[in-house]
Amino acid sequence: MKIAVCIKRVPDTELRFTIAADGQSLDSTGMKYEISTFDEYAVEAALRLNEAHGPGEVTVVGLGPAALGEQLRRAMSMGADRAIHLTADEVPFDGAAIAHALADALEGQSYDLILFGRNATDTGNGVVGPMVAHQLNLPCVTGISHLEIGAGQGTAKRVLEGAVETVTFPLPAVLTIDEGLGRPRIPSLKGIMGAKKKPLAESPAELGPVRVSVTALAPPPDRPPGRIVGQGADAVPELVRLLRDEAKVLS
Amino acid sequence: MDESLYFEEQHHQVREMVRDFALSEVAPVARDLDRTQEFPWETIKQMGELGLLGVPWSEELGGAGMDQISYYIAIHELGKVDASHALTLSAHTNLGTSPIVEFGTDAQRQTYVPLLASGQVMGGFGLTEPGAGSDAGGTATTAVDKGDHYLLNGSKIFITNAGVGEIFVATARTEPGKGSRGITSFIVTKDTVDIDRCRAVGVGHVDALPKTPGVRAGKKEEKMGWRASDTRELLFEDAIVPKENLLGTLGQGFVNFLKTLDGGRIGIAALSLGIAEGAYEQARQYAGMRKQFGQAIGAFQGVHFALADMAMEIEAGTHLLYSAARLKQAGKPFKKEAAMAKLFCSELAMRTTTKAVQIFGGYGYTTEYPVERMMRDAKVCEIGEGTSEIQRIVIAREILGKIVR
Repeated sequence: MKIAVCIKRVPDTELRFTIAADGQSLDSTGMKYEISTFDEYAVEAALRLNEAHGPGEVTVVGLGPAALGEQLRRAMSMGADRAIHLTADEVPFDGAAIAHALADALEGQSYDLILFGRNATDTGNGVVGPMVAHQLNLPCVTGISHLEIGAGQGTAKRVLEGAVETVTFPLPAVLTIDEGLGRPRIPSLKGIMGAKKKPLAESPAELGPVRVSVTALAPPPDRPPGRIVGQGADAVPELVRLLRDEAKVLS
Repeated sequence: MDESLYFEEQHHQVREMVRDFALSEVAPVARDLDRTQEFPWETIKQMGELGLLGVPWSEELGGAGMDQISYYIAIHELGKVDASHALTLSAHTNLGTSPIVEFGTDAQRQTYVPLLASGQVMGGFGLTEPGAGSDAGGTATTAVDKGDHYLLNGSKIFITNAGVGEIFVATARTEPGKGSRGITSFIVTKDTVDIDRCRAVGVGHVDALPKTPGVRAGKKEEKMGWRASDTRELLFEDAIVPKENLLGTLGQGFVNFLKTLDGGRIGIAALSLGIAEGAYEQARQYAGMRKQFGQAIGAFQGVHFALADMAMEIEAGTHLLYSAARLKQAGKPFKKEAAMAKLFCSELAMRTTTKAVQIFGGYGYTTEYPVERMMRDAKVCEIGEGTSEIQRIVIAREILGKIVR
């Protein structure tokens, strides 16, 4: 199968971040970057699909500054065959602008599947995948945690609150991937060496108009202080009452 | 540190990869392995699949085709999380495999290196004897020429991977009375002691590899640190070693293993620095968490001084380590620099882990936190592959050699 996986470069989720002086963005000092978590699951899903279905090709596609090359190489060291880097000095917040550029690059390339992560670990919008599907007029299934591909069609499972939903769709299709399709592999040394020789094509991103932008970024409000409802066994009834009626964690 | 002094892009990728592996696969099992002294076949198998058991060897020999610096980065990163894994890697690659790569014939390389480099079997190096430790010239194991084979008798002690491994390079005396010039290296093989587990996990044993009759592992040492690494005697009892298993030239064993040990010292430096950094990072984070007298202990100047010293010394050790690694990589002399890196980093590991336990206080003395294990793991870094005293002798010889005879 010919599969494209769109990945985003995001700040390392394990690092603490601070808000920059402009009050709209993150302070990039000392920041490290990685492939957005669910996007890495999508890369893994694509590799497993081709391992299961015989020869195919996995292309990773990213949009962003020159440093995005690191993440594209990492995806290739995991096993992707080639990469497309749509260059842009900044990645706009507006998912429609990004989707325009991605759709432009993906159109007419006869991919059987175009995969995205469920959402990015920085902005968390989860809109680019569906928007690309819309622009390319392809079916779209979001938040997939199980996937099977048969002749010309696929079956996906989506984990909902309290239920699992099974859906079918024809190929080609755009899918956004949740956890559950397998933990992303650690690239082997051979993979790292091989990735250096794999093709990485660069072209300027044809961004759409940017209509949505961030005006302010603020840390979440401090958590309210804890309450002490009493001490010892005497406090238990009140605690249970609060857990049931107020926190609603007991039924 | 200005990492561009030593690292290229590929090195950052190796580091990131080993770090991922160490944190996701090794860190969760390190404490239990330390308690049980079990050899971690599952993670060893993964290391083989990732290419970590043959980092610096060419792809034709089954290796990852990377450079020496990448190899030391791998040990360094593993050492931050678990010294035993790092040591197993170091002994396997440098001691077990490098002599065959460097001094072996093409046939020997083709026979043994792919099995080692891919991690299908573990390797080791038999040098130390009950009466020959720092004084390796005192080797008493004998190899007697029997025409088409050598007959080996003797015992090697404190051999890393002796039980789990299947391929070894060992030294024996081929000419009595000739001192260090009468020592020769041989390639010997035996079955792993963990055959059943190896079969179950799918690693560590190759049936098709002919085994040397009369070679076996002795009892496992119960150690203070490096507990998940396998340390045993390696025994030769009328061992029949075919002539084609002679490694290098007759009588050159001593000269050759001195070269091997130089490279090994950089490995122990990397491992030691890893331990030091692992303990420092634990202490740094704990200092921000632990509250006493109404504030984080990291706010107290006493803790500042300790952490500042640790950070400074780690920075210095990093330069010593990678500067020696670069010399080796470039094919330049590195004996003095390797000894300096090993000496400084191993003593640094001991100082840093001791301070880290002190910062943790009572908690640091319990197995609840990894710093006590790191402190135990650090001690042997000052002993193994040349004691600190021997490193000072090596350095002194290098700096005084032309002046004092």
